[in-house]
Amino acid sequence: MQNGDAMISALLSHDLPKSKVLAALLGLILLGLALAPFLFPGAAAINTAAKICIFIVLVASYDILLGYTGIVSFAHTMFFGIGGYGVGLSLYFLGATWPIVALGIVVALILGVALAFIIGLVSLRVKAIFFAMITLAVASAFLILATQLSALTGGEDGRSFRVPELIRPATKLLETPVFGLEITGRVAAYYLIFFAALALFLVALRLVNSCFGRVLQAIRENELRAEALGYRVVYYRTLASCLSAALAVAAGCLSALWLRYTGPETTLSFAIMLDVLLMVVIGGMGTLYGAVIGTTLFVLAQNYLQKLMGIASAATEGIPLLPRLLHPDRWLLLLGILFVLSVYFFPTGIAGRLAGPPRKEESQR
Amino acid sequence: MTDQAAPAPLIGPKRDLAPLLLPLAIAGFAFLLIGSPTTWLTLTLAALAMGMMVFVIASGLTLIFGLMDVINFGHGAFIAIGAYLAMAVLGPLAPWMQADSLTLNLAALFLAIIAAMLGTGVLGYAFERVLVRPVYGQHLKQILITMGGLIVVEQLLHVIFGGDQKTMALPTALRGAVLIGNVALEKYRLLAVAVGLLVFLVMQLTLNRTRIGLLIRAGVENAEMVEALGYRIRRLFVGVFIAGSALAGLGGVLWALYRETFTAAIGGDVVVLVFIVIIIGGLGSVGGCFLGAILVAMMANYTAFLAPKVALASSILLMVTILMWRPQGLYPVAKR
Amino acid sequence: MADPLLRLEGVHTHIGQYHILQGVDFTVPEGGITMLLGRNGAGKTTALRTIMGLWRPSRGAITFDGRAIGGVATPDIALAGIAYVPETMAVFSDLTVEENLILAARSGPIDPRRRDWIFSFFPAMQRFWHAPAGVLSGGQKQMLAISRAIIEKRRLILIDEPTKGLAPAIIEGMISAFRELKHEATILMVEQNFRFAAALGDTVAVMDDGHIVHRGKMADLAADEKLQTRLLGLALDQHQ
Repeated sequence: MQNGDAMISALLSHDLPKSKVLAALLGLILLGLALAPFLFPGAAAINTAAKICIFIVLVASYDILLGYTGIVSFAHTMFFGIGGYGVGLSLYFLGATWPIVALGIVVALILGVALAFIIGLVSLRVKAIFFAMITLAVASAFLILATQLSALTGGEDGRSFRVPELIRPATKLLETPVFGLEITGRVAAYYLIFFAALALFLVALRLVNSCFGRVLQAIRENELRAEALGYRVVYYRTLASCLSAALAVAAGCLSALWLRYTGPETTLSFAIMLDVLLMVVIGGMGTLYGAVIGTTLFVLAQNYLQKLMGIASAATEGIPLLPRLLHPDRWLLLLGILFVLSVYFFPTGIAGRLAGPPRKEESQR
Repeated sequence: MTDQAAPAPLIGPKRDLAPLLLPLAIAGFAFLLIGSPTTWLTLTLAALAMGMMVFVIASGLTLIFGLMDVINFGHGAFIAIGAYLAMAVLGPLAPWMQADSLTLNLAALFLAIIAAMLGTGVLGYAFERVLVRPVYGQHLKQILITMGGLIVVEQLLHVIFGGDQKTMALPTALRGAVLIGNVALEKYRLLAVAVGLLVFLVMQLTLNRTRIGLLIRAGVENAEMVEALGYRIRRLFVGVFIAGSALAGLGGVLWALYRETFTAAIGGDVVVLVFIVIIIGGLGSVGGCFLGAILVAMMANYTAFLAPKVALASSILLMVTILMWRPQGLYPVAKR
Repeated sequence: MADPLLRLEGVHTHIGQYHILQGVDFTVPEGGITMLLGRNGAGKTTALRTIMGLWRPSRGAITFDGRAIGGVATPDIALAGIAYVPETMAVFSDLTVEENLILAARSGPIDPRRRDWIFSFFPAMQRFWHAPAGVLSGGQKQMLAISRAIIEKRRLILIDEPTKGLAPAIIEGMISAFRELKHEATILMVEQNFRFAAALGDTVAVMDDGHIVHRGKMADLAADEKLQTRLLGLALDQHQ
């Protein structure tokens, strides 16, 4: 048993969840996602589970930037989109085979990292605010570019494409159902996503617990001191921004494989950027486990809170304003308020709360 | 502690004229590419109109930053609020708007603008009090909180006014264009240019001729010294925040009328341009903001005609080019 | 003996995690010039900034004219009658000399007699009256910063290293200006230039490492070279 513990600890880069409740919650999420096709049958449920897997990677990669490095970027979905379009367009134009998928991933990674590098060099020397504004502008331009170049990208409509045989929904992998579940290409696709996401998450965990990750946190806490200790702040920030971009690209690739579709709404839009921001902050900045919790909570809320609100809205019919306040489309209002409250009252988010008393925070300027 | 007071450069910021040549250069270059003088004139007027609207919105934001190092990522919320408030006022005033009388039309618009500016001013005060004040000096939280505020405001607008797309028609007398020779100048654009110039003028007079204005300019440069002279910089800042929000409200009315349809997300598109403008102009500089707005609007309108697919990308290109020339923007503000 | 105009008792100041002032006690008697001397990094500038309310004292009491001003907001301290000339001079370079002084004259328009009085010892202020302060030389900026502190009568003027980086000829002019000034205001001055300090100071306090290590008459310190060496180090006079 001790051996097993040591192995888990090594897998998690010795960054174990700080409290029993947190560990239990994470275990539950892991178990739920691992067995999702069996536990929650139905297309909607498996879609939700896959979305959680993909967004955990995306949100974790964003947390490397926001929580660990202390810089705000609004261009993160741009990298997600590059991943999505990289794989999607390769499959659309070149055919549905695995080598093509690999090609798409490689091209997207190169493009994404190069772009992150350029943005970092231009704007990371200056204040956080500058970087946030420039990334916002670049991301908007990229979104418009992607919708305008419709011959390539399919414009607003995006591109639907075929994926390799193995993970097509129509593919039957086993003759007999397992625990009452037909093992189709869809299930294979889910597990591909699940294991890839798990691996990427563990890579991210390794990253933030490496020397590199600690330097990032030192820079976040006190930039001048880190500089005085001989760390080149711009270099580290740019590298963090590139690595974070690479992970986001990977998440985008997974998303394309799962959805068999790539379009501006699903990968590039500012709405997704806001979602990611909400997930990181509500889950907890500066702890990757927060990304897991925040993502799960958010995606579940997105799918089920809306239904609940629909019921509540109908039930309050006749009372002025309340039904409108509870209209399913207004779920973002509740999360927005939750977001503001989290930034104020628990900047370490749910994960930070569960991990123990909040540490004394330093104001950063 | 250790720096030997270096002699200051002998050129004051006011004498730096090189950036002023930029809009002329761009306009001239575009003229060569476009070829037709009438098209060029129409586009230039459109650019000026758009530039003025963006300037009205951006000017408050840049001063807010200059004074207290605060960037309000929720500035777009006030654009939307302004648009909705104007719509609410113009609804009952529809007969005035449809009447074939310039006076009645303008009176209706004037009332709508007053309502929008008052409303956004008051909400700006609340926004500053509730969201911005607790996070002074903490950039990361500032960005997050004001962004959160933007989400909440947008959603509340949907709750109050409904989530559908709204329309706001131009009043009768401002539709169409005036023909001068064979150049068609759209009336509303002329009005937008006039309003923008008026705001710029009033702002320049305030900043240069009044004690409050001097305090704002001094505060942008060194807030601490303004306090040491015995003035409460926070009070000044709240005032500027309110004025900036009201100007965003005014900009929202103008922008909504310009586009004629809008949703609560109207602020989002503009704010991107606004950010580019204040980065180009130099954070904290009103003059730079004015010039930046014209440049960005020119770029947007000319490229929309010449190569419509890369319109916004061209603004980014402009921003990167200018930052390579002057990393702190066209008119960097001397800081501390 | 009359109550001092300013009194610091056991004042501690932290900047971030650094403990800069570690229990500072000294008084500034009404009238005349008090010099605050000490090596680089002793905490002199922090002491002035703490009095001005630009840093918040973490412990201790500061009394100005019988009123506790520790932890009071900077504008209120200024309104109580203290003017401040920071080490960086902090002139508003985008504003003209006139506009800088308009802001410093809080209670209304600039008094022309007072303006002419300033012109009498800082003639450059008249010459550059309408020029943006950004074009002034270092010495002229220092003159403007001091003019700002005296354009209206104040009880106490805090001045941080007025001679820093200035040419000897300008320093001579400063000495006569301060001799004029001390007839109407009390001055607390941080200074590195010992000769300048000795020429002007009435009383002196010496700081080292966040504490006051010596208090007394300036003339006594100026006469005692051994004490100077012990308190201020050898190179002090030479390196200016």
